[in-house]
Amino acid sequence: MKAATAILTSALCLGFALPAAANRVFVSNEKGNDVTVLDSETLEVIGTYPVGARPRGITISPDGKELYVCASDDDLVRVFNPETMEETHTLPSGPDPELFVLHPSGNPLYIANEDDNLVTVVDTRTHKVLAEIPVGVEPEGMGVSPDGKVVINTSETTNMAHFINSETFEIFANVLVDSRPRFAQFNDAGNKLYVSSEIGGTVSVIDPETQQITKKISFEIPGVLPEAIQPVGVRVTKDGKKVFVALGPANRVAVINGETDEVEDYLLVGQRVWQMAFTPDEKYLFTTNGNSNDVSVIDVAANKVIKSVPVGQQPWGVVVAPN
Amino acid sequence: MKGRIIILLAGLSIANQAFAQNSADGAQPQTVRAAVLRVDAPHLPPISRLDAAPEDLGFAGARLAIEDNDTTGRFMGQDFEAVEVTATPETAAAEMDKLLAEGFPFIVTLADDAETLALADQVGDRALVLNARARGDNLRGADCRINVIHTAPSYAMLADALAQFLMWKKWSNWFLIAGSHPEDVALADAYRRAAVKFGAKIVEERTYEDTGGSRRSDSGHVQVQQQMPVFTQRAASHDVVIAADENGVFADWLPYATWDPRPVTGSSGLVPRSWAPSLEAWGATQFQNRFEKLAGRPIREEDYQTWVALRMIGEAATRTQSTDPAKLKEFMLSDNFEVAGFKGQKLTMRDWDHQLRQPILLTTGSVTASVSPQDQYLHQTSALDTLGFDRPETECKF
Repeated sequence: MKAATAILTSALCLGFALPAAANRVFVSNEKGNDVTVLDSETLEVIGTYPVGARPRGITISPDGKELYVCASDDDLVRVFNPETMEETHTLPSGPDPELFVLHPSGNPLYIANEDDNLVTVVDTRTHKVLAEIPVGVEPEGMGVSPDGKVVINTSETTNMAHFINSETFEIFANVLVDSRPRFAQFNDAGNKLYVSSEIGGTVSVIDPETQQITKKISFEIPGVLPEAIQPVGVRVTKDGKKVFVALGPANRVAVINGETDEVEDYLLVGQRVWQMAFTPDEKYLFTTNGNSNDVSVIDVAANKVIKSVPVGQQPWGVVVAPN
Repeated sequence: MKGRIIILLAGLSIANQAFAQNSADGAQPQTVRAAVLRVDAPHLPPISRLDAAPEDLGFAGARLAIEDNDTTGRFMGQDFEAVEVTATPETAAAEMDKLLAEGFPFIVTLADDAETLALADQVGDRALVLNARARGDNLRGADCRINVIHTAPSYAMLADALAQFLMWKKWSNWFLIAGSHPEDVALADAYRRAAVKFGAKIVEERTYEDTGGSRRSDSGHVQVQQQMPVFTQRAASHDVVIAADENGVFADWLPYATWDPRPVTGSSGLVPRSWAPSLEAWGATQFQNRFEKLAGRPIREEDYQTWVALRMIGEAATRTQSTDPAKLKEFMLSDNFEVAGFKGQKLTMRDWDHQLRQPILLTTGSVTASVSPQDQYLHQTSALDTLGFDRPETECKF
């Protein structure tokens, strides 16, 4: 272990020597009411900053200038300057915002209101609510197609992925998936949509064209009870070749071949892993481990967990600055 | 803002039809009808005023379930209803007759063991009964009925859930104090069975006779402060007290008053329950918020068990894309059935006694201290079957 750490440290030093700048990693701590900021190269904590009550979903504008945090118990989205972590303004979000997704252009923001069976659409420039879209019970997962035309919402008790036209705000298709869908993620080519089902224990692969499920990925880990395998967060590399799925209390991240949609590996991370984020160069993937209060750092090329970094209380979401 | 929602809803109904086309149902929503029958026996007030039963006990859970089912139903062209009926033990049979005459195919009952059994026999094959209150092991054993599904956990499940925790804690010497009512005796039996099953020893047993005193009165605690230490003195050396007090006669007075300084569990202290308003994990916070917004009070077990019963019907309607009661019943009783209940894993049906498999919460007044099954107890098919009567042990014959 010591030796491994030494090697990693030297690898890190090499990283430093390269011109590629370090990125800031923002982790929302649901029970700590704060955000922990890490440095993506040194993997050290830069600081911890208060962000409001029960922060969960967290994302950043494409230009890296605005950090958005769902302050669930404040019924607001709070917006911060990512450099100073000072609050610049708030956005109306509807009650209990849990998770959101930004349009690829950076505007608008589509927010799942978990307690109110709504998706709220907010203009990030005018700070006005553009629409409230009624969806199923307990909306959570939010995804957007790479071309920005389709927004996906998953409702956890209705067990559907709702396909929403991002301009008319109308639902045009509903796909029934397994129990408690938590997360929706397109690949960058836009020809696959991955929807995780926490209680069903599966990831549905959906063809966005036809809205049909083309495959259901299931998981099996020796020595882990099947009930503990609860897929939540999903991230796909830009080339679409690797899909990472956080498996909750199984304390593993599954690595899936994005071409065959077969599971290739399981990586042991911290306890109750939910959300994940890549660095822009896809060198690292960060995972939030809500029960062990830490973040695991995965070396994406090597499929290896290289470090865990203690953060705040019950880390929930994570986003990496694009610059 | 209101206007916008209405416009969007209109958009939704178009989407409904698109979805409904698959099921060839047409545009008219199909209705699934259910009834909730609550039988209120006359009861003295509970020891604590905090435990007084709310007027809408169970019904509030039904209302939330119907809201949930209807929200999903909008996308499926399905509509759900649950009528609420209260009865006394004297009027229960007549009320049930009315519901049967009106042709309700699903009837959720909130009644005690004996009434539940009588109602089930009265119903026969005319409807499916979903038992959301009665915990008697006999209802899942020798007195099981093919027309009944149990969403309430059994005494054996509750006792096993506590026993697993006590064994993990290495508190294996138990002092069992049971009340004198028939339910207390049945619950005490479940603890005796759990002791054998998990290797604990009941080193002392006492019966607390309900003599009608020590209830809510100014002198209550004054008397009780004297009575409880004396009642529990000179017990064989034990690690923990287990109280079996289904009627709330004495258990709440035991903590801090036992002769020996030992923790109290069972009907007070650390209590096994199907649900508690303190649970936050597994999306429970959202569920609690939705319930409290609707009912204006914290949720009770009866509400949760009723919610699960009606959600099972809704889930079956979604998955089968049907509102035909026969199809829904068949699906609910099949191996393919599962429902999410905010307890961290899917809830499924035991085919040998129609008991819903579920984790059991171990709660104190303010927190959910643990959830059983404990990780250490393994099972060849489902860890949940370490709680209650497993397939080889069942006395149920349909």
